Amino acid sequence: MKKAILLTFFMICMGAQLLFAQITEKPRFGKFAITNGTIHTVTKGTIKGGIVLIENHTITFVGDNAKIPSDYEVINASGKHVYPGFFDANTRLGLEEVSSVSLTQDYAEVGDFNPHMKAFTAVNPNSVSIPVTRVNGITNVVSIPSSGVIAGKAVLLDLWGYTPDDMAVKESAGLHIEWPNAMRGGSWDDRPDEEVQKEYEKDLKELNDFWKQAEFYDEMMKQYELDPEGRSQPDKNIKMEAMREVVAGDVPVIISVNREKNIKNALDWANEKEDLNVIFAGVAEGWRMADELAEAEIPVIASSLYTTTRDYDNYQRPYQNAGLMAEAGVKVMISTGEGVENVRNVGFHAGYAATYGMGKEEALKAVTINPAEAFGVDDQLGSIEQGKKANLFISDGDPFEPTTHIEHVFINGYKIPMTSRHDQLYEQFLNRDAVNR
Amino acid sequence: MNFKENFLSEKMNRRKSNLWRTMKSVIGLFGLMMVFISSQFDLALAQETGSVLIENGTVLTITGENLENTDVLVENGIITEIGENIDAPQRIDRIDATGKYVMPGIIDAHSHLNGVDINEATSPATPQVTMKESIDPNDVGIYAALAGGVTSINLMHGSANVIGGRNATLKLRYGQDQHGLIFEDAPQTVKFALGENPMRVHGESSGIHPSTRMGVEMVIREYFDAAIDYRRNRTEYLEAKEEYDHTGEGTPPIPVAKNLRLEVIADIIEGNILVHCHSYRADEILMLVQIFEDYGIENYTFQHANEAFKVAPELAEHGAYASVFSDWWAYKFEVYYSTAYNASILNENGVVTSINSDSNELIRHLNHEAAKTIRYGNTTESDALKMITINPAIQLGIDEHVGSIEVGKHADISIWNGHPLSIYSVNEMTLIDGVVYFDRENDADDMRLDRAISPTENYEDTQSRAYQNSHGREADACMQDVFMLFDSQENRQSLHQEFHNQIK
Repeated sequence: MKKAILLTFFMICMGAQLLFAQITEKPRFGKFAITNGTIHTVTKGTIKGGIVLIENHTITFVGDNAKIPSDYEVINASGKHVYPGFFDANTRLGLEEVSSVSLTQDYAEVGDFNPHMKAFTAVNPNSVSIPVTRVNGITNVVSIPSSGVIAGKAVLLDLWGYTPDDMAVKESAGLHIEWPNAMRGGSWDDRPDEEVQKEYEKDLKELNDFWKQAEFYDEMMKQYELDPEGRSQPDKNIKMEAMREVVAGDVPVIISVNREKNIKNALDWANEKEDLNVIFAGVAEGWRMADELAEAEIPVIASSLYTTTRDYDNYQRPYQNAGLMAEAGVKVMISTGEGVENVRNVGFHAGYAATYGMGKEEALKAVTINPAEAFGVDDQLGSIEQGKKANLFISDGDPFEPTTHIEHVFINGYKIPMTSRHDQLYEQFLNRDAVNR
Repeated sequence: MNFKENFLSEKMNRRKSNLWRTMKSVIGLFGLMMVFISSQFDLALAQETGSVLIENGTVLTITGENLENTDVLVENGIITEIGENIDAPQRIDRIDATGKYVMPGIIDAHSHLNGVDINEATSPATPQVTMKESIDPNDVGIYAALAGGVTSINLMHGSANVIGGRNATLKLRYGQDQHGLIFEDAPQTVKFALGENPMRVHGESSGIHPSTRMGVEMVIREYFDAAIDYRRNRTEYLEAKEEYDHTGEGTPPIPVAKNLRLEVIADIIEGNILVHCHSYRADEILMLVQIFEDYGIENYTFQHANEAFKVAPELAEHGAYASVFSDWWAYKFEVYYSTAYNASILNENGVVTSINSDSNELIRHLNHEAAKTIRYGNTTESDALKMITINPAIQLGIDEHVGSIEVGKHADISIWNGHPLSIYSVNEMTLIDGVVYFDRENDADDMRLDRAISPTENYEDTQSRAYQNSHGREADACMQDVFMLFDSQENRQSLHQEFHNQIK
């Protein structure tokens, strides 16, 4: 009888452990050897039956032959594929929880000019959407605030960590500008052309005035900092202070712009600002301006939801958009444009681009090395190379295919638990009425 | 008679004789027109059908085995033979499907693709209205859906009302008028809606039931009881009236006026109209299961049903169906506790499950939406394909006509250049009733039917409705039109402004 009680107690403990293992599982960290896999390095070709060694945060070896020290945890990736973690450069991950509940939205501050707002501050590392995203092999995102004209600064994140500091690869990844619209908004918008144009010019003037003010402020501060002697110290202006790293060209400007006419206007503006590092986001009609974008050497984050922008366009254009721009010589990044919930689908979006003209290789770059380069973190991210951060995943097939399973994910060297709300609910409810016996 | 009167009467006489002359020609023309109209009407009734031999493809029959190097013979819109090296008459067109995959046309059990108005949001119960009166046959989105291999949709009423309007089951015969799009022989279906949407629209905005999930239940029960009483009283009255008219004896019965709303609800209870119910949470799903059990209603489908996985055994037990998103979640609070494994869990539990779009964008790649059930929960390829073909057909009550490639079924077929569950596969041809409605080889850039707006002039006005509506999913697509209706002028302006900011 005693035995039975003990056994039951033991089994209850085991059961409880199984149940809670889902939620409390810790990441593994240290030394890993991924062996026998097909390694898609992105920048240095594909290695079949290759080896990747990871020590702490870093990839320490990539190649086809290495002696594996005995203290390494070996992951046999025979028949599997190893890819650098995917990267969606235009999201709101961490800044929004439930998109219809306004108090869970932290991406839009009141006002038209808010360069001092930092997405970094509002990132919720425990957002339920983050694990949902990373277990699909997405290891990095740029989370971008949006409202008014200048919404604030985006943050480039690793999708693992307990604090924004843990997660931030670049706290100040870019200043977001929603490009002033020079077009009617939709069928409900009955403003005559002249009025639309007048409003656009007014909006643009406000932006330009703000910019001039920022340049003046930066110049003034520089002068003072160079030689404070005998000068009175200028008063600080928090907005202008935030603009200094931008006008100095140290932080990129991300301009959200979609339609041809607006792209043209934004290009004119960007071409005048030689020192600025400009990235366009959205670019639904980018294919119409592909040559101009290529000439201006402006990288783009194409996020299209695959509906044509104009009724008379060929139904395939949104799928071809990324490929057509890449063909013209534009550095293209692919984003889901999904904001939060389904950023996990970025690989499928790359798959569509690959299918409709871009080719697999370019499409893969568009979700790995291209965003790393555009955001100036290609020394750390975007490919599987010795010395880079260990952000990578192992899949049982082509990750662009929805049917493929992502089996292991490493972020910043951490082998992260492959759990999220979605698979926890699966475990809990698949055989709902089963009981532990 | 003064001058004025005289002038008038003269004028009237002149007019009279003119009128008679006109009348004579009108009568003649009218006769001609009647002949013409009736012949046109016949055309509209009998849909155009095609005969074609699809040769040497890999045929994904859905209900049977996958067949390689197989021909499918279509005669007058019906599949008449499936097999190797079919000997078809010379006059029949050939489609070479060598190296290609031939599958039944995709069926979307939840769409608002070409609805003109989506919500009659003026009462918690509006089953008297029907989407059959709200079809835009010219919407170019139909063509994009055909390009995605879709042949039939459930054009649904919105989710503002607990008992919403009736839906329209359509075949995407692009180029035909609204009557030509109707799926003949499809049973009538009606939209119900539980949870946040009707609570917001009626409770929060108008201060009437329902403002809670308790209220939602009682709205349904009240209308059901009223409909049962109505049908009994109305039937008794009609019988008594017939008796009285026939015999002329006794006193005439007191009339019970016809009530369209209750007529439809009574038909729902009697099983003549299938319910497709917008729902999210497990508790509200069980609530409706209980109501339907109480009133003896069978054969119904939960739409969206993001939490259906929590009550999968109950759904299976009651034979209830589920039509779900592959992975949409968290866009509102009632879908926060969702899982992309929903379809797989339901399927494992024996619930007939379909994957739907509810979106003019998702409808373009429902095959890849279905493929996600393999990533999330290892559903088999064959079950994944069922979720966009035979299963939605069952839910719409059209499975004896479509949803699989079988002899005797309609030739609603799509032909892919690779396995349809692969992201690299592209649909090349879509047929409905054996007629080719989409052919990738031959499609032009501008496939609009209504080309009143020129692409070169004022192109702003041609921006697609789908694009305008594609930004974010802050609420369901089925709440379309509702916000404008209920929001104050002020809110409306700020919504417009937001919109204005978003699309540029």
